[in-house]
Amino acid sequence: MSKVFTKKNILLFVVIAAIYALLFTLDGMGFFNRQTRALLVPICINIILAVSLNLIVGFLGELTLGHAGFMSVGAYTGCMFTIYADLPMAVEFPLAMLIGGVVAAVFGVIIGIPALRLRGDYLAIVTLAFGEIIRSILNNLSLVGGSGGLNGIPKYSNYAIAYVVMIVTIVVIANLVKSRHGRAICSIRDNVIASESMGIPVVYYKLLAFVVAAFFAGVAGVLYGHNLGILKPSTFDFNKSIEILVMVVMGGMGSIPGSIIAAFLITVLPELLRGLADYRMLIYAVVLIVMMLLNNNARFNEFKTHIFAKKARRQGAGLTEGGE
Amino acid sequence: MEFLSQLINGLSLGSIYALIALGYTMVYGICKMLNFAHGDVIMVGAYMLSIAMATLHFPPFLSILVSMVVCATLGVCIEKIAYKPLRNASPLAVLITAIGVSYFLQSSALLLFGSTQRRVESAINVPNLQIGAFSISGNSLITLGVTVVLMVIITWFINNTMTGKAILAVSEDKGAAQLMGINVNRTISVTFLIGSALAAVAGVLFISAYGYVGPYTGSMPGIKAFVAAVLGGIGSVPGAMLGGILLGIIESLSKAYISTQLSDAIVFGVLIVVLLVRPNGLLGKKRTEKV
Repeated sequence: MSKVFTKKNILLFVVIAAIYALLFTLDGMGFFNRQTRALLVPICINIILAVSLNLIVGFLGELTLGHAGFMSVGAYTGCMFTIYADLPMAVEFPLAMLIGGVVAAVFGVIIGIPALRLRGDYLAIVTLAFGEIIRSILNNLSLVGGSGGLNGIPKYSNYAIAYVVMIVTIVVIANLVKSRHGRAICSIRDNVIASESMGIPVVYYKLLAFVVAAFFAGVAGVLYGHNLGILKPSTFDFNKSIEILVMVVMGGMGSIPGSIIAAFLITVLPELLRGLADYRMLIYAVVLIVMMLLNNNARFNEFKTHIFAKKARRQGAGLTEGGE
Repeated sequence: MEFLSQLINGLSLGSIYALIALGYTMVYGICKMLNFAHGDVIMVGAYMLSIAMATLHFPPFLSILVSMVVCATLGVCIEKIAYKPLRNASPLAVLITAIGVSYFLQSSALLLFGSTQRRVESAINVPNLQIGAFSISGNSLITLGVTVVLMVIITWFINNTMTGKAILAVSEDKGAAQLMGINVNRTISVTFLIGSALAAVAGVLFISAYGYVGPYTGSMPGIKAFVAAVLGGIGSVPGAMLGGILLGIIESLSKAYISTQLSDAIVFGVLIVVLLVRPNGLLGKKRTEKV
């Protein structure tokens, strides 16, 4: 147990609490206008989505294009629960998140099973197909409002809840990745055959990654539904999945801090560019292409290592010290 | 009788999908990348047709030619600017770039032409064919005819010309092809050129059937054609044709007999079932894994 209260963990906790308190007091002092405040919860939601998708794409190494599908399943079940269960908010909302997450996780198993048989681009297209199927069924299900959307969801989500859920997600996934299980997942990414012959149950770990990622996507969906008060199937289309994937890739696959930063930037950037509303998507597209081209440009990478060389040396020194 | 006419509808829709899927599959075969922007090339083709016909008052045939040339140039430019520098990058980086290009084309179209859908006159004016009580729309006939002719030409081109054989060789093994004196860059450009020109034709046919074009016109047929290519086995040219036509028939039959709204779900469901039974698609080559 003593391992939990290391200096590093306590410091991390203080930083997390400080960020929260800082944003909370800034908000209380009326520092943010309405648009900025409305961004706080979506930022948390997108961070949850990006970090959970990173588990599949970055650590398991499988490309999926259906993360919005998990999100929509969780969102709809969670919101249906709060609409029909007449419980006080403090009981109802955590339960809704749990239910939404679990149902999304069940779908994670359903989608994870084909993942055992398919690889690469074929898996990508199957997950895309699953997302589209879920969306078109939701569109035609009168029970959940069909294409008109699900209305009258109580607006429970606020910044405090979203922040706590986000931190829980990050901690769970970061620790999972660092654990024995996480190393098994990474070994599947690096070489399936080698890890199988080392006795790692590939089937189990692939499903585990899908289930955990789907669970948190479902929770994010529940937060999303209770933030807006209305759910529409068209929100959870292919473009939403792509947006989450872009966050993961821009932040760097297999890097949790990267996902957090990218999710933050991608949520905030469109709002900052609101003045250029017409050109927003164009700029977004150009940034995406240029980022990818630069990342794979040898000369730019040389330049980058040159800039970060000092830092890298220091880190390298730290590593050897720690090793001794 | 109704079944037959639905079948013909399906065939004509499927042949449009097949034309688009050919572009996907050829590019995948040669570059091992999913060209997500391919669907939006269709949209560009449709806009070009509408500009050439309505604004410049070109005759239909010339308009189609203009649209093909513009799309082919666009395809080659996209390859040179966005994909060529990434030839040795991870597949995911290339995929994201392709998505970026797709967004770029959509938002440029949005800026240039506005978000309202534009009415396009059909470039094809053929009277309906009447056989007894049974009529086939002229549009479907032309679509089917054009597709069959193009497919025969493409198959002949790939199997019998030097350039076509070069495309096959580069798909098989890029390094070995280069050692045999094949200009890999040129071959890849030719593939993009053919694929984009086919997409332009598909765009013209699609727009003649539906009558409207908007910035997002290309995205749904693009995804469907992508599904068709995977269904037939991505990388295989006959597979793309088979997948496209099957997909069109399934879509129009399920629209007619099961549910209009759920037809998309059915199409994607069929894809999943097929891939579970045959993980490499209907005509895809089985990849043996080397240890």
